[in-house]
Amino acid sequence: MAEGEWQPKILAIICNWCSYAGADLAGSARIQYPPDVRAIRVMCTGRVDPLFIMKAFADGADGVLVSGCHFGDCHYIAGNYKCAKRMFLMKSVLKDLGIEDNRLRMTFVSASEGAKWAKVIEDVVKTVKDLGPSPLNQLQQ
Amino acid sequence: MAEEKKQPRIGVFVCHCGTNIAGSLDVKAVQDYARTLPGVIVADEYQYMCSTPGQKKIDDAIKEHDLTGIVVAACSPRLHEPTFRTATKEGGLNPFRFEMANIREQNSWVHMHDYEGATAKAKDAVRIAVAKAALLEDLYPKSVPVEHAAMVVGAGVGGIQAALDLASAGIKTYLIEKTPTIGGRMSQLDKTFPTLDCSQCILTPKMVDVGRHPNIELHTYTEVEAVEGYIGNFDITLRKKARGVMTPTEATAKGIVGGGCNGCGDCDAVCPVIKPNPFEFGMKPRKAIYIYHPQVVPLIYTIDFDSCVKCGLCVEACGEKKAIDLNMEDSFETVKVGTVILATGYDAFPIEKKREWGYKQFDNVITSLEFERLICASGPTGGHLIRPSDGATPKKVAFVLCAGSRDNTGVGKPYCSRFCCMYSLKHAHQITEKIPGCQAYIFYMDIRSFGKMYEEFYYRIQDEGTKFIRGRVANILEDAKTKNLHVYAEDTLLGQPVDMVVDMVVLAAAVEPTQGVDTVRKMFGVSCSQDGWMLEAHPKLNPCGTTTAGVFLAGVCQGPKDIPDTVAQAEGAASAASIPIHMGKVELEPYFAQCIEEKCAGCGMCVNLCPYSALDLIEKDGRTVMHVTEAKCKGCGTCGGFCPGGAIYMQHFTTPQIVAQIDAFLLGGEQ
Ligand SMILES: Cc1cc2nc3c(=O)[nH]c(=O)nc-3n(C[C@H](O)[C@H](O)[C@H](O)COP(=O)(O)OP(=O)(O)OC[C@H]3O[C@@H](n4cnc5c(N)ncnc54)[C@H](O)[C@@H]3O)c2cc1C
Ligand code: SF4
Ligand code: SF4
Ligand code: FES
Repeated sequence: MAEGEWQPKILAIICNWCSYAGADLAGSARIQYPPDVRAIRVMCTGRVDPLFIMKAFADGADGVLVSGCHFGDCHYIAGNYKCAKRMFLMKSVLKDLGIEDNRLRMTFVSASEGAKWAKVIEDVVKTVKDLGPSPLNQLQQ
Repeated sequence: MAEEKKQPRIGVFVCHCGTNIAGSLDVKAVQDYARTLPGVIVADEYQYMCSTPGQKKIDDAIKEHDLTGIVVAACSPRLHEPTFRTATKEGGLNPFRFEMANIREQNSWVHMHDYEGATAKAKDAVRIAVAKAALLEDLYPKSVPVEHAAMVVGAGVGGIQAALDLASAGIKTYLIEKTPTIGGRMSQLDKTFPTLDCSQCILTPKMVDVGRHPNIELHTYTEVEAVEGYIGNFDITLRKKARGVMTPTEATAKGIVGGGCNGCGDCDAVCPVIKPNPFEFGMKPRKAIYIYHPQVVPLIYTIDFDSCVKCGLCVEACGEKKAIDLNMEDSFETVKVGTVILATGYDAFPIEKKREWGYKQFDNVITSLEFERLICASGPTGGHLIRPSDGATPKKVAFVLCAGSRDNTGVGKPYCSRFCCMYSLKHAHQITEKIPGCQAYIFYMDIRSFGKMYEEFYYRIQDEGTKFIRGRVANILEDAKTKNLHVYAEDTLLGQPVDMVVDMVVLAAAVEPTQGVDTVRKMFGVSCSQDGWMLEAHPKLNPCGTTTAGVFLAGVCQGPKDIPDTVAQAEGAASAASIPIHMGKVELEPYFAQCIEEKCAGCGMCVNLCPYSALDLIEKDGRTVMHVTEAKCKGCGTCGGFCPGGAIYMQHFTTPQIVAQIDAFLLGGEQ
């Protein structure tokens, strides 16, 4: 961690069955990625209430990642489709609020895709770092 | 009630996991930090929290400090949540008052070169977990009865073994096979390495046992159509494909006493339609009404309605047995079982996709499975290995190993198919033994003879005179006149190019999951690994289980393995699948949705979202409100994520708990 470098605050909400297991696999395989993301586990991305996304941005998150199973692989049949729909909606809400919509990202990582998980985190961290602090945070300052 | 309102008193325990965690982040700093968090009464650390002394720390701390919640910062909850829930319970707390912070798989192991970054992330993880722990509540798992029956899908040697074990343990077992007979790939093999016993001779007795076991209900020519329910109570709908022929039992049920198919074959003799027999890879014909081979179980004919011309000759030949019904249609049946074993096996990779080896372009290039049929006494040639082009006995045969396996070109499979080295050694032995003067050449990358007595078998084949050339075959070309084949490779031991002319080439084709298996996999909610094989719950500690409670795996469907390993896994899966059945009940995690009736507007949006039809609108005190049928709810939270009024309370993943986690991350901590 370089001194004085801006540290983005990125929240990940991930489903227990695929993405959480994929993230664990990245660990067992010792695939290294940047430590900037903090994860919260839910049983399925279907549980992700738009409120959680709004709350995170209102609290000062610079980015939010929601990650679940691939389409067709959701442990509860289709929670990820339902979540994906909500995430599209949230992206347009964020845009209306003047927050870049690529601060919110939904990905699909299976239990066997440890390497993909690392890649996703790298991508998300890079995207958020390139965007800089969330406009809401800038406003507060 | 007053008890429940008591201020949170939380104990935090940080695990070193030897150096797995402590080597990459500052455990002491995380522990000290935990002490400063609101609600934390005690924070401790230990070398191995999962060990007995580690668990005892939790137990003691609960008693000593009258704790209301426990946080362990250690490995993944997917590994040790059950362990620490038990420890929490031992201490006298409700086990659901435990929360885990994953600082190993998702921290120390992936940030090994960023000590500060990892330490900061671990502190945040603990803060987030403490915030949730402060809001955890007592929950009580629901105990549901388990149906005293099991299902095995796929009747290769793996499925057969699993079904026999379950049935012998006193469990009613439905064995489902999509083809007309049980036996799978093993019934197509001639001999089996390394003992060289005849495949059919060791398999047929097991097949016969299946046929007559009182606890096995065999459904051949049947597929799974739909799956509902959960561990203990799966309702599985079977599609019994129209076979056109009735069993004696089915005939009796229809009032045709003494009728039904007895396997006499009178119909076969008169049927005018001739088709290739897929069991023999088309090297032998069959009629439109057929059996694959004489040892089929059950010994019942099947009509291939795609080629049947409905001439009625078979009906006539069958006579008084009245077994044939040319107008039969698919029928459906739903059965209830407690647990399920999937044993759907494998198919050969379509090796013609590797154009350079000429399969399906050159007559004398065959696959190993075709070789098994050609060398088998009951096969299309009566066990005489012949060149397909001219029927001649080959004098020089080349075996190409890793044909499509360990192949990263994009066409082919990156994994090792695991049994090809050994069966190709077996094949080399068979031609050396059967055809005097015939020379076998094995082109290999390295010989993987890993099993018991396998390496010894490899030496034996070397001693018998088979020649080994280390090098991947680059290309195979045919001499148009003689139909002989040029095998081009590089001998990497001699460092020389090879151009060898042989009479015949046998490709040890890679294997892949059975065609169409994704449909079955998804119906049971089982994941697959990146190469498509079904995914076990844990590669080392739970190799037969899956992430769907009550669904287990046996045999090659989980990954390539030979017969000994298939049978071993099948016995493991049968044992695992019988445990809940013998216990008679299982506990379901109490993550159910609940309706907060005061907030519910009765809009009914959630009712349509629930994938398990667990929700209904009901009338209560003059209002319409939602109602959850707990036995159906699996706790995904899809309804809770959607309810516009926040009227759904998702136990253990409540909105206040998740919001507290988000707040703890973003608003708490060292700002
Ligand atoms: C050329 C060759 C030679 C071999 N020689 C040897 C040897 O000498 N020794 C040895 O130990 N191993 C050998 N093997 C490996 C051996 O074939 C396997 O280990 C064994 O067949 C695995 O059994 P299984 O039950 O897992 O799968 P399979 O034998 O593939 O059986 C799976 C069964 O499930 C059925 N099925 C599939 N999908 C469904 C569905 N959706 N619904 C219902 N049923 C379904 C299939 O029809 C099949 O009957 C050889 C393999 C090959 C290719
Ligand atoms: S629980 Fe929510 S979504 Fe369901 S009926 Fe009530 S208000 Fe509507
Ligand atoms: S949590 Fe809601 S949507 Fe999911 S199974 Fe239960 S009732 Fe259905
Ligand atoms: S369980 Fe992973 S998205 Fe539904």
